[in-house]
Amino acid sequence: MKSLYQHPKSLTETTTIYCPGCGHGLIQKLIAEVIDELNLREKTVAVAPVGCAVLSYDYFNFDVTEAAHGRAPAVATAIRRVLPDALVFAYQGDGDLAAIGTAEIIHAAARGEHFSVFFVNNATYGMTKGQMAPTTLPGQKTTTSVSGRKTSLHGYPIRIAELLAQLDGASYIERTSTSSLKEIATTKRAIKKAFLCQLNRKGFSLVEILASCPTNWKLSPGDALTWIKKEMESYYPVGVIKDILEIAP
Amino acid sequence: METKVKRVLLTGCEASGEGAISAGCRFYAGYPITPQNRFPEYMSVRMEETNGVFLQAESELAAINMVFGAAVAGARAMTSSASPGISLMQEGISYLAGCELPSVIVNMNRGGPGLGDVTPSQSDYFQATRGGGHGDYRMPVLAPWSVQETHDFTYLAFDLADKYRSPVFVLADGLLAQVYESVRLKPRKKRLPKKSWALTGCQGRKPNSIRSLFLTPGVLEAHNWKLQKKFEKMQKEVRYETYACDDAEYLLVSYGSCARIVKEAMDTARKEGLRIGLFRPATLWPFPYEALREILSRVKKVLVVEMSLGQMLDDVRLAAIGTTARIFFYGRPGGGVPDPAEIYQEIRKK
Repeated sequence: MKSLYQHPKSLTETTTIYCPGCGHGLIQKLIAEVIDELNLREKTVAVAPVGCAVLSYDYFNFDVTEAAHGRAPAVATAIRRVLPDALVFAYQGDGDLAAIGTAEIIHAAARGEHFSVFFVNNATYGMTKGQMAPTTLPGQKTTTSVSGRKTSLHGYPIRIAELLAQLDGASYIERTSTSSLKEIATTKRAIKKAFLCQLNRKGFSLVEILASCPTNWKLSPGDALTWIKKEMESYYPVGVIKDILEIAP
Repeated sequence: METKVKRVLLTGCEASGEGAISAGCRFYAGYPITPQNRFPEYMSVRMEETNGVFLQAESELAAINMVFGAAVAGARAMTSSASPGISLMQEGISYLAGCELPSVIVNMNRGGPGLGDVTPSQSDYFQATRGGGHGDYRMPVLAPWSVQETHDFTYLAFDLADKYRSPVFVLADGLLAQVYESVRLKPRKKRLPKKSWALTGCQGRKPNSIRSLFLTPGVLEAHNWKLQKKFEKMQKEVRYETYACDDAEYLLVSYGSCARIVKEAMDTARKEGLRIGLFRPATLWPFPYEALREILSRVKKVLVVEMSLGQMLDDVRLAAIGTTARIFFYGRPGGGVPDPAEIYQEIRKK
């Protein structure tokens, strides 16, 4: 009998402790599937910094290190420089990448480091139970903006993908979503493309993935997907933002 | 035939860098800060010449985390900085200790607190020896007093780092960073220790992970006990030197470049017939309590001299417990460097 689907080799057979409907389990599965397809599990080194992202070292079935909050791009830079033949990626949340780690992500991109970043944007600090993130939408209620994010008081969300695309060292930048099966399929293709970018030593690659955090959004998993579609995708448009791979001869 | 040992004229920054290269270090990440700018400048050239990696980081935070990443991948890696930069690295050093990653950090201590100044100081002793970062950790702290020792101790630091899977700290200062002295270079290490725990891709083995996060109740406590046993083993790495202590009635205690100045004052006092010796800790952690206690038990008075307002002084007091030696202190804070005559006057006063 033909097997249509099996548990990815690049994922351990552990039950995650992520909340129901959380985007992390899904995105980590997509990354694992792509690594299996590329047959690079035994050459992969991943960096999992502080936040719900750190737990991924129990779920990925390859070499994973933790990193201090925000510092994953510095750690990944060094790993790829020391191991030029490895597949290296950092898996970062929005607090980690867009607040405490802005210097590291900008400079890794500017240097054109040959590793990939999967930036999970769920518009909140998940692990610390739902504070306002740099990506929290205007009007969005969080535990540190209880009556909703006021731009006059809290400033504006950061569109990281567009920001990084300005840098010459950034070669492939795409924003995708996880709001529907179609978007999920696009996300998987983007993950693969990011890996191919680094494997061909074409420079820095990042996929910003809009993901759900039903627990902290106080929505059901289903309603959370609708919220991504309606609210997040209108502030953070999905699509390829920069791709020098296409324009290269 | 005896191989000729190469002697070269180097600053402390360069000598430390060459010590690292001799020890097999091929990864340096750093950020400019006076008085050790020569360090990243020198390493930018030498890493290229030795097929290593040089990274000028965007900050000291990034630099120490680049060292973290290189250590994760199994490389011998280092960074250097001076006081304010070292403060920024403390979080990273705590992670290196918690994750048990071999690495070397050199501090060319300058005056503080705050931005302070760029002249030599020993005011980072507490930060280096008491765990400047968060959590229950210790790490070896080597304190050279010459450019030669800056070279030798950096070399040694890499071996200690791998032996104990720990960050190792070299505490020098702005004087040693910039002064030129003749150095005998150590030969290049041919074989480096294998690191089965390193993250290199899991080909032919189970996946490795590097972590300091242990959320299951009791697991972090067990990890801390394991680290503690390692810290106890590190106690045997204690190093110190004594000068004219055999018949001493009076004792000077000083370390690093300050001890060089103190030694000159001691020599003057000796010539005048004073039976005075010098005790110089070369490891500040582990501190040579036992060796110092033995000498303290047979001297009348002790003068501790530091380029700070008394930090190592606390360790000398701990060493003196149970002895009758009277302890005096002379220090210069904020980048002040004493001269031998000044210390000689202090000896005469006490």
